[in-house]
Amino acid sequence: MSLVYLVLQDNDNARYLVDGITHDNPHAVVQHQPAMIRIEAEGRLEIRRDTMEERLGRAWDVQEMLLDVITIGGNVDEDDDAFVLEWKN
Amino acid sequence: MTANKKKLGLKDKYRYLTRDLDWEPSYQDKKDIFPHEDFEGIKITDWDKWEDPFRLTMDSYWKYQAEKEKKLYAILDAFAQNNGQQTISDARYVNALKLFLGGISPCEYQAFQGFARVGRQFSGAGARVACQMQAIDELRHVQTQVHAMSHYNKHFNGLHDFAHMHDRVWFLSVPKSFFDDARTAGPFEFLTAISFSFEYVLTNLLFVPFMSGAAYNGDMATVTFGFSAQSDEARHMTLGLEVIKFMLEQHEDNVPIIQGWIDKWFWRGNRLLSLVGMMMDYMLPNKVMSWAEAWEVYFEEAGGALFKDLERYGIRPPKYVEQCPIAKQHVSHQAWATFYQYSQATNFHTWMPSDEEMDWLSAKYPETFDQYYRERFTFWREQQEKGERFYNNTLPQLCQVCQIPTIFTEPDDATQLSHRSHVHEGERYHFCSDGCCDIFKNQPEKYVQAWLPVHQIYQGNCGGSDVESVVRDYYNINIGEDNFEYLGSPEHQRWLEWKGLNPAVAPLPKAS
Repeated sequence: MSLVYLVLQDNDNARYLVDGITHDNPHAVVQHQPAMIRIEAEGRLEIRRDTMEERLGRAWDVQEMLLDVITIGGNVDEDDDAFVLEWKN
Repeated sequence: MTANKKKLGLKDKYRYLTRDLDWEPSYQDKKDIFPHEDFEGIKITDWDKWEDPFRLTMDSYWKYQAEKEKKLYAILDAFAQNNGQQTISDARYVNALKLFLGGISPCEYQAFQGFARVGRQFSGAGARVACQMQAIDELRHVQTQVHAMSHYNKHFNGLHDFAHMHDRVWFLSVPKSFFDDARTAGPFEFLTAISFSFEYVLTNLLFVPFMSGAAYNGDMATVTFGFSAQSDEARHMTLGLEVIKFMLEQHEDNVPIIQGWIDKWFWRGNRLLSLVGMMMDYMLPNKVMSWAEAWEVYFEEAGGALFKDLERYGIRPPKYVEQCPIAKQHVSHQAWATFYQYSQATNFHTWMPSDEEMDWLSAKYPETFDQYYRERFTFWREQQEKGERFYNNTLPQLCQVCQIPTIFTEPDDATQLSHRSHVHEGERYHFCSDGCCDIFKNQPEKYVQAWLPVHQIYQGNCGGSDVESVVRDYYNINIGEDNFEYLGSPEHQRWLEWKGLNPAVAPLPKAS
């Protein structure tokens, strides 16, 4: 299975995102590099709105991740509830 | 349309924007409205299948982009107000920015022009909206980059006339010709070249590890514009992948055409990135990862997953990709050696790596650095210490396609320069590789028109009868300020002053 990945700016928003992502994707591997955080996972990775809202204690729009993302690898599918990265083979 | 729900979901909003705002023309033929849609041979049977996975609508687009800009400019202001230029790792680092400003930022502008043009040419509204947003993104990138680097222009040399230099200076013809080539292609080839091959497969190598390196060298301004731009690239990459899948799913006749474009644009991008390899390995005083390591993560791993995914459409990895695992061990050294020799004709400085830096290169390139490059670099350093800093006064042979001097070695023999030639209508043309030679043979009528800087100088089209007057008058490079060796340059002296070392008294640091 191929790796999907997501790279975030290492900022305050990212702390919650990384926390939420590792909660929902226990197979994800988090790497800290200068100014950025790379999260990679076999096959699939998702960011869920409900998990983020629980952590932030406020309404969270899935598209807010656009502010902090640096790059991604994998097929994207996004709707109101989740942002999903996936390789389907 | 009737909206049933009070608040539309993402999917509905996107559908209304990209489908319901479009219309079928009633009094004009569609072919007359979109005259460039057919000539490349790409067959589109149903534009409704076009999908943007981010489903970004204009209202959200403006909202998020505005927020990105506010964050970015707050940081640029803070950097300038706090004299951030004094806290970077070393003044040598700024030379990478000079290359960035002349070589990359104007290409962002070219990308804007390209997307604005092709966005007009698609009859599918989804594709038009995507191109429109990307055109605006690219314009934002060039503006923020120019703003960020204008601060460096107040304190460092060589940044004063990047747009003029982009059009004229010999090595800047490498990125310029890449985008000229893409922009003069049809709309579908342009998307394959820029959205897919460049954005999806290659830009990570520039905007992720190099920008992380900028942060590691204390350049808060550059890392911020870089990551801010790259946050748009995440959308562009997604678009690039969707574009390819869309074209491949539309008609099986599209597959061989797209494969040809992937082969061509992968190779062109790979050559272009040699410059970035050199920036990573030689121009970042504090190092994050080597070029070869970056290539492994962002091309071999990420590209491997991508091409495995595309296999089901009958797409194979790009032609000559098997040469890359060898080339990644060499290109940065070969490019830096070239720029070192021709520093009299560049708007940035070069230098030989210190002993410590050479040891890092040996560790990162155990199969090549000591064997092929260390001795040459040590010899040049010794020459320099004797006061005989080497400059090469013979202009190099350029490749007709990528426009890089023919500096690369054979994939199977690192002691032989790679050189190919081909006769077209009685003229002989020269190339750096089989990859570039193939590109020429497929479209000779395009590449015979290439504006090759060295040829133009010899033909007398760049003014002046010697290199110095071309560099001074045609390129607008300030001789003795912007060019030549870093050690002892006015910029080096200024840096010593900032750091409290009196350059008049302090001896020049030895090159080792």
